Amino acid sequence: MKELVVLSGKGGTGKTSVVASFAKLAEQSLVLGDCDVDAANLALLLPGEDQRKEPFFAGQKARIQIGRCTQCGECVETCRYGAIQEEGSGMRVDPFFCEGCRACSLVCPEDAITFVENRCGTIYERITSEGPLVHAELGIAQDNSGKLVTRVRQKTRFLAEEHQADLILLDGPPGIGCPVHASVGGASLVVLVTEPTPSGIHDLIRILDLCQHFNLKSLVVVNKLDINKSLSDKVLQVAKQKDAIPIGGIPFHPDVPRALARGELPIAIPEIRRAVVPIWKQIGKFLF
Amino acid sequence: MHIAVASGKGGTGKTLLATNLAKYWSGMGNSATYIDADAEEPNGHLFLAPKIQSQKRFSVKVPTLKDGKCNGHKKCQEACAFNAILALKGEIVVFNELCHSCGACVIACPENAIGETDREIGTIAFGKAGAIEFISATLDVGEARVTPLIEGVVDLAQNMTGNILVDAPPGTSCSAMAATENADLLLLVTEPTPFGLHDLRLAVGMGRVLGKKLAAVINRSDLGDDKAKLYLEAERIPLVAEIPFDRRIATAYANSKLAVDEIGWFQESIAALADRLVVLTGEES
Repeated sequence: MKELVVLSGKGGTGKTSVVASFAKLAEQSLVLGDCDVDAANLALLLPGEDQRKEPFFAGQKARIQIGRCTQCGECVETCRYGAIQEEGSGMRVDPFFCEGCRACSLVCPEDAITFVENRCGTIYERITSEGPLVHAELGIAQDNSGKLVTRVRQKTRFLAEEHQADLILLDGPPGIGCPVHASVGGASLVVLVTEPTPSGIHDLIRILDLCQHFNLKSLVVVNKLDINKSLSDKVLQVAKQKDAIPIGGIPFHPDVPRALARGELPIAIPEIRRAVVPIWKQIGKFLF
Repeated sequence: MHIAVASGKGGTGKTLLATNLAKYWSGMGNSATYIDADAEEPNGHLFLAPKIQSQKRFSVKVPTLKDGKCNGHKKCQEACAFNAILALKGEIVVFNELCHSCGACVIACPENAIGETDREIGTIAFGKAGAIEFISATLDVGEARVTPLIEGVVDLAQNMTGNILVDAPPGTSCSAMAATENADLLLLVTEPTPFGLHDLRLAVGMGRVLGKKLAAVINRSDLGDDKAKLYLEAERIPLVAEIPFDRRIATAYANSKLAVDEIGWFQESIAALADRLVVLTGEES
């Protein structure tokens, strides 16, 4: 059973649309996962009923009991996140800044600080016509995106076992930080969707460096290929310099966002489909 | 005024707006500081082409054992909420990617055996792009936690006067919060697609949690539907610009040029947007 992760570095290059397109074209049995837990969009393109919904807890938040607090201020001095402030006759912890480190409780002379499990997100399981989809939402202002991504991946593996799937297809987050790290560990293959712009290339270099850091085989797809020929060529150069393999490009088409707005996949547009089919075939060769 | 340009979704045009607005402000003779807080993938420098005058390495604190003082209590390991420290016989192992630099282990050790040392995670660069003060944060590739670096770079704005523009990372989790928490107003950039709307709602949610004034821009406004516009109206969030797709903007972007220098109608849109921001923040710059 293989795991393919689609990343980009830069946001908005088309990862989610491309993942949904691959899912549509795949002949293998699939389980899908949306690891972009901060702004999860894959479920918008793969309709279906969410069969399961589970709260996700990670870490804790501090609570200060008003009855015990003497406003000595030790906790305020100790908290490195500015999460505690005087309020009325006690102290208030701002849950959006509290990191659950518990340092405050170590210095409270009145033992006034307790901790509550932090509900930081929700995980859903959905049946789509392309296979089961695990997606999740991280709460606003939450930390712990890495942990939630890890949980999403655990569930995809469990479902893949259950359904005897050939492939887990993961829509990754933008950037190079901890949710990306959590998305790639143990992946069989990474596909990077980039765009031929200075930002796309700048960010591609960084994500390629990260993939090399993790020793991951990487393939590169250039989306909106024809908006700048010399930069498309630059993408190919950069990919080769970083030991990644370019496997094709998808042309820019103004109907793509319009199709997405209608809830249709980009491969509904023949020109786009013609470009994506051979790319997917190539990926299949690397995977299987 | 201190404006943060944010979005839920990536790729909506935050850097496009932020860099062009900074250029416009400085062209009007207003002092402008541009802070690139998208430390995982900073792109502002590609368009503003700053002359970098200095750089400094940015560090976070991590625990370190003072020689010979460990008595094997393991209180540090017990105290750590992040499983970032492992106490072995007379030694500690620190998992840097898990450490939140909270200092709990330092407090917990009965022998006062734990100190802290600096660990570098990124770089902050300072420069000038014409009349624009330019500051940019870049996370080292391989580092997991970006939020402390974003907090560090945005905190630099606390003592600054004049117009401050923070180019935030996408999303609504702790990194975007850190980039936007000191702003007077969040300028949310979206696109008129189901993804754009879904993620705009999250961004509005973040803005509301932070208690910020909100304004929005719809980019590529003619490529999609009108649901974002209707949503903004229903939420009473001022729509300060609608930017239709124009191949010339894409070309300027692809050539690392500022569209405000190249395209007349775009400059007018940015000018109108800038005026509205002055009204919304209730300030002259």
